[in-house]
Amino acid sequence: MWFNAAEALLWAAMWMLGWAPNSPYALVGAYRFLAQGLAYELPLMFALTTVGVGAGSLRSTDVVAAQTGGGWFVLTMPVAFVVLLAAAAFTAWGPFAAPAGTDLAGGVLAESSGVGRLLVQTGRCAFLGVTCAAAAAWFLGGGDGPLLPAPVWFAVKTLAVVALVVLVGRRLPLLRPDRVADVAWTVVLPLTIVQAAVVAVLVLTGGMP
Amino acid sequence: MTGTTLQVVLTVAAALVATGIVGALSQQSVVMIMMGLELVVNGVVLAAGAAWYFLWPAVPDAQVLVLLATVVMAVEMAMGFAVALALYRARQIDMVDDATELEG
Amino acid sequence: MTGPVLLVVLGALGALAVCAGVLVFVVDSMARATFSLLASFLAVGASLLLLDLPYLGLLVVLMMTVEMAIMVVFMVMLMMNPGGLMPMSMVHNTRGAVAAGVVVLAALSAGIWTVDWPERSGAAPPDTTVQVGEAVMGPHMLVMIVVGVVLLATMIAGLALATPRGRYDRLGPDLDRPRPDDPVDGGLPR
Repeated sequence: MWFNAAEALLWAAMWMLGWAPNSPYALVGAYRFLAQGLAYELPLMFALTTVGVGAGSLRSTDVVAAQTGGGWFVLTMPVAFVVLLAAAAFTAWGPFAAPAGTDLAGGVLAESSGVGRLLVQTGRCAFLGVTCAAAAAWFLGGGDGPLLPAPVWFAVKTLAVVALVVLVGRRLPLLRPDRVADVAWTVVLPLTIVQAAVVAVLVLTGGMP
Repeated sequence: MTGTTLQVVLTVAAALVATGIVGALSQQSVVMIMMGLELVVNGVVLAAGAAWYFLWPAVPDAQVLVLLATVVMAVEMAMGFAVALALYRARQIDMVDDATELEG
Repeated sequence: MTGPVLLVVLGALGALAVCAGVLVFVVDSMARATFSLLASFLAVGASLLLLDLPYLGLLVVLMMTVEMAIMVVFMVMLMMNPGGLMPMSMVHNTRGAVAAGVVVLAALSAGIWTVDWPERSGAAPPDTTVQVGEAVMGPHMLVMIVVGVVLLATMIAGLALATPRGRYDRLGPDLDRPRPDDPVDGGLPR
């Protein structure tokens, strides 16, 4: 829930980044962010709910504990894993860079400079890192693994997820917000709902590994 | 001291409700009226949370009220903006003074 | 949090909420009005977090932030006073409204401070989220059902009111056009 609330505050922050400089390119970037963000918010919330259903609790420590000894959540809920990684959409980076795109003179980042720009870039990178760490904890079992102690495994998994996201992100072309919105609402959202239903059935029949 | 804290929080909630009512009754634009109504429901949320914590923490009824009030806020905003858009599309205006078709 | 500290912090958050609420109607710029409403909501969300309701507090923060982000788009679109450029007074019946507000505040405050509030009965369960979850899925299931149906009805009604083009515009008078006639193409080949 804290993750969800923090990324909701990111919504307001990105819009304010666009509104504050009083410049049209920044504002267009901010509106693009809202369109994209709305398309991704619901699948992301369903992905987080699926994690909660699978573990029977909303607490991160319970989610990690539910995965030790058995299968990692990425095996039973792959769609949710992919959607959480696509939460990189909220940082306006990689394939989702339309709000900060080069066709808008930097869009949301158009007028920021100096300390403000440093803070914004740091925030975006931090959010990407936190999303990858959260994916490692909620889908890859946190500190679960043989031989090495738990914090080391957690760091290894987080770094692996970061590497995966950066590799894939750099290769995908920029997605236009209107097309993303269509795909997100008509394809991704039903997929996440089906995923949640599958996990719920697995939990009820006791089939969770 | 618990009693005083409850009363202070409930007074804050009452102030939010009163501010919302003043806003909702005095503004002309549909969106500003809705912001006033959101403030009223905000006050209700705070009052319900305080009632849960200070009076009956063992039963979930007040929490359910908080959930319901939050849903009411979302529904009211959605319908209010849909109505505002429809009003604008019909008459190119957003002030409720001109939306008198149901009057009389 | 113990008694006096809780009182001070809740009082401070409450004062912030009320000030932000008043500011909503005082500032000229619509973006500022929306975000001061958000500040009011965040103060209430923080109060709920302090009152041992973590799930509901975060829910309020989350929902209201996204709601205000969407609302600011509509505010800027529909409000005729974008940034104080055209100072206009969009109020009517100010004295009646203030009178109504003052009467409500006086009546509620009189009730709050004179009623003999009951003692706190029972202790909070260790997990308040589970408490509300089980309540909504068990004895209060009617709330869940009604909320679900109301939200669905709202979505349908909102869309019906908001879109200017119906299915005859999109698919032709006999509903037989091979591809819908949308101004902006979606991402899927439909």
